[in-house]
Amino acid sequence: MEKRKTRWHIVVFLAPAVLVYSALMIFPLFGTLQLSFFDKIDQQQVFVGLDNFRTLFFNARWFDSFWNALKNNTWFFVVHMLVQNPVGVMLAAILSSKVVWFSAFFRTAFFIPTILSFVIVGFAWKLILSPIWGIAPDLLDLVGLKSLFLPYLGLEGTALTTLALISVWQFVGIPMMLIYASLLSIPEEVLEAAECDGITGFAAFWKIKLPLIWPSIGIISILTFVGNFNSFDLIYTTQGGLAGPNYSTDVLGSLLYRTFFGFQTQIGDINMGATLSVVMFGIILAGVSFYLFAIQSRMRRYQF
Amino acid sequence: MIIKTLVSALLTTSVLGSFAAAQEVTLTIESWRNDDLTIWQDKLIPAFEAANPGIKVVFAPTAPAQYNSALNAKLEGGTAGDLITCRPFDGSLTLYDAGNLVDLKDLDAMDNFGDVARSGWSTDDGAATFCVPMASVIHGFIYNKEAFEEVGVEVPATVDDFFAVLDAFKADGNYIPLSMGTADQWEAATMGYANIGPNYWKGEEGRNALIAGTTKLTDPEWVAPFAQLARWGQYLGDGYEAQSYPDSQNLFTLGRAAIYPAGSWELSGFNAQADFDMGAFYPPVPNAGDECYISDHVDIAMGLNAASPNAAQAKVFLEWVGSEEFANLYANSLPGFFSLSNFDVKMEDPLAQEIVDWRKGCKSSIRPFHQILSRGTPGLATEYWQTSVNAIRSVQTPEEAAGQLQDALASWYEPQQ
Repeated sequence: MEKRKTRWHIVVFLAPAVLVYSALMIFPLFGTLQLSFFDKIDQQQVFVGLDNFRTLFFNARWFDSFWNALKNNTWFFVVHMLVQNPVGVMLAAILSSKVVWFSAFFRTAFFIPTILSFVIVGFAWKLILSPIWGIAPDLLDLVGLKSLFLPYLGLEGTALTTLALISVWQFVGIPMMLIYASLLSIPEEVLEAAECDGITGFAAFWKIKLPLIWPSIGIISILTFVGNFNSFDLIYTTQGGLAGPNYSTDVLGSLLYRTFFGFQTQIGDINMGATLSVVMFGIILAGVSFYLFAIQSRMRRYQF
Repeated sequence: MIIKTLVSALLTTSVLGSFAAAQEVTLTIESWRNDDLTIWQDKLIPAFEAANPGIKVVFAPTAPAQYNSALNAKLEGGTAGDLITCRPFDGSLTLYDAGNLVDLKDLDAMDNFGDVARSGWSTDDGAATFCVPMASVIHGFIYNKEAFEEVGVEVPATVDDFFAVLDAFKADGNYIPLSMGTADQWEAATMGYANIGPNYWKGEEGRNALIAGTTKLTDPEWVAPFAQLARWGQYLGDGYEAQSYPDSQNLFTLGRAAIYPAGSWELSGFNAQADFDMGAFYPPVPNAGDECYISDHVDIAMGLNAASPNAAQAKVFLEWVGSEEFANLYANSLPGFFSLSNFDVKMEDPLAQEIVDWRKGCKSSIRPFHQILSRGTPGLATEYWQTSVNAIRSVQTPEEAAGQLQDALASWYEPQQ
C-alpha cells in the first residue's frame, strides 16, 4: 500500500492567514495578558503577579468605575436584545412576505445606517437631538408633544438608553439581513405543506418560520453581545472620553480607553489598562462559551 | 583627570570643527500647535533667521491629539526635533525625569520670567526649569456690550452684582444670560470652577496650601465656587445639559447670549465671528473691595531635546524665545495667548489688551489642580470636570462635590491623608 503523502499544500495555504492572524491578534492578546501582570515602578516594568486584578476588584474606587461600566454595558446590551433583534426579525418577516411593495427599497434603506461611520451617526444624532439647533424639538412641537422633549443626551436618566437606541437604529440592518436570508432559505414546500394543514399568516410565522430561524437569532445575539461589550466609538463620539453626564454612559470600552491611554492630564496606565482589557476579554469569552455550550448545542436544527 | 580634560578638549574641538565644517544648522521644532504653522513660517522664524544667520528653523507640528504619543515615540526612536514644545506640568516633567529634556535654568532669558510662569515647567522643588515659558491663557467673562446697553446693566464687580445682571437678563428674556453647556464637561471645570475659584481660595496662596496639605478641599474657600456654580444652572440656556462647547461659542457669537464664561484663547475666533462690540470682565469678587485673583494659566513653553546634536544653536533660539522681541511678536500674532514674560507687551487687539491688563490689578494664579495634584489616579484635573458639572446640575450639593474631590485626592496624596 502506498504511504499517504504529507499534504504540504495545506500548510502552505494556511500559512498566510495563520501568520497574519497570529501577528495581529494572538500575539497582542498574549502581550496584553503579560502587561496585566506587570506594573511600572521607577520607570521599570516589574512583575507583580495578580496585584493589578486585586486593585481592580478590591480597590473601592476602581471597582466602582468598573461596576458602573459593567452595569451600563449590560443595559446597553439588554436594550439591543429587546429592541434591535425583535425589530430586525419583524422587519425581515415583513420584507420577506410578498405583500410589501418596494421591499428592495426598504431593505436598502434600513441597511444604509449600518454602513455609515460611527462618527457620522454620532454627530448626526447629536445635532438632531440638540436642544438648540436640533430638529427633534421642532418635530415634537409640530405634533404638540413639545413637552416630551428633554436634552436626552445630557441627562443621566436618559443618556444611555438614548445612545443604545441610536446604536439600534444604526445596526438594525444586520439582524434584518441575516434573518431575511434565512427566511428566504426556508423551502416553499414546507410552507405549502403547512398551508394544507391550515396554518397561514401569523400562525405560519410563529409555528413554522420562527423555529427554523432560531439558529440565526442565536448567532445574531452572540454578535450583538460581542459588539456591545466592545462598544466604544459611539459613546466617545457623542459623549466624549469622560462618558458623561456623570459617567452615566461609561461602558467598559470607554473606561478602558481612559485607563490605557489616559485622559487630559491623567496619564495613561498601560498595566491597569491591560488588566481591564483582560477582564473584558474574560467577560466576552464567558458569554460566548455560555452560548456555545449551553444554548447552541441544545438548539434543534432541521435539515431539508 | 588628564583623560577627562583630553576628552572634553576633543569634544570641544569636534563641536567647533563641526561648526566650521557646516556653517548652516537646521533646528526642528516639535509642536502641537498646527494652527500656528503660518504664523511661525511667516512671522516668527523669519524674524529669528534675519538676526541669526547660519541657523535655519523648521516648525514641524503634529496634530494636537497625537502630539504626546507621537513625541514620545520620536524621542525613544531618537528622531525627535531639536526643540520640543512643552505641555505644562507633568506632561513635560515626565520627559525631563526620563532625561529627554535639559535643565535650562542657566539661560539668561530665564530671568525674564516670574515664579508662576516658570512653575509649569519646573521640578517640584523648583531646582530645575526645563522649558522657556511662551504663553498663558487668562480666564474671565466676555460679554455682549450691546446687550448690556439694551438691558441697561453695568459690568458687575461683585458676585451679587453678577447675579443681579444675570437676573436682569433673565427677566428681559431676549438673551440667554450665560452661554455655557455641560455636555463636554471641561467648560464647567475650567471656565467655571477654575475661573471663579481663585477669588475664594486667594489664588496661589490657597493652591500652595492645598499642595502643602494645610488646607482641605472641603474647607469653605474650596466649596464656595461650587456653591456659586450651583446658582449658575438656572441662567444657562434650555437644555444646557446637552449643549456642547461649539454650541456655546455659537450662541454667544450669534448674539443670542449675553455673557460667555471664557478663556482668552477665544478672542481670535470671536473677533472673526461676532458682529457686535465685546467687552470683558474678570471674575467678580465675593465682597466689594476684595482683592481680585485671576486664573492666568501657563499653557505653552519650549524646551531642548537632550539628544539634539545642535544644542548650542538651539540654546540661541531659546534665548530668543525668552526675549522681548519674541514676546511682542507672539502675543500680537495670537491674541489671547499672552506672554508670560515680565516685559510690558503692548497688544494691538484692544480686548486682548483689556484682558491682559487685569494682571496689573489682580493677582495671577494657575488652574488649581494641574500642578502635582493630578499626578495620581484619580487625578483632580479630571475629577473636577465631573464635580463641577454635578454642582451646576445640582446632582451633588457643593459640599458633596468638594467631598468627592477631597476623597479622590486623599486616596493617593500623602500630605492630604
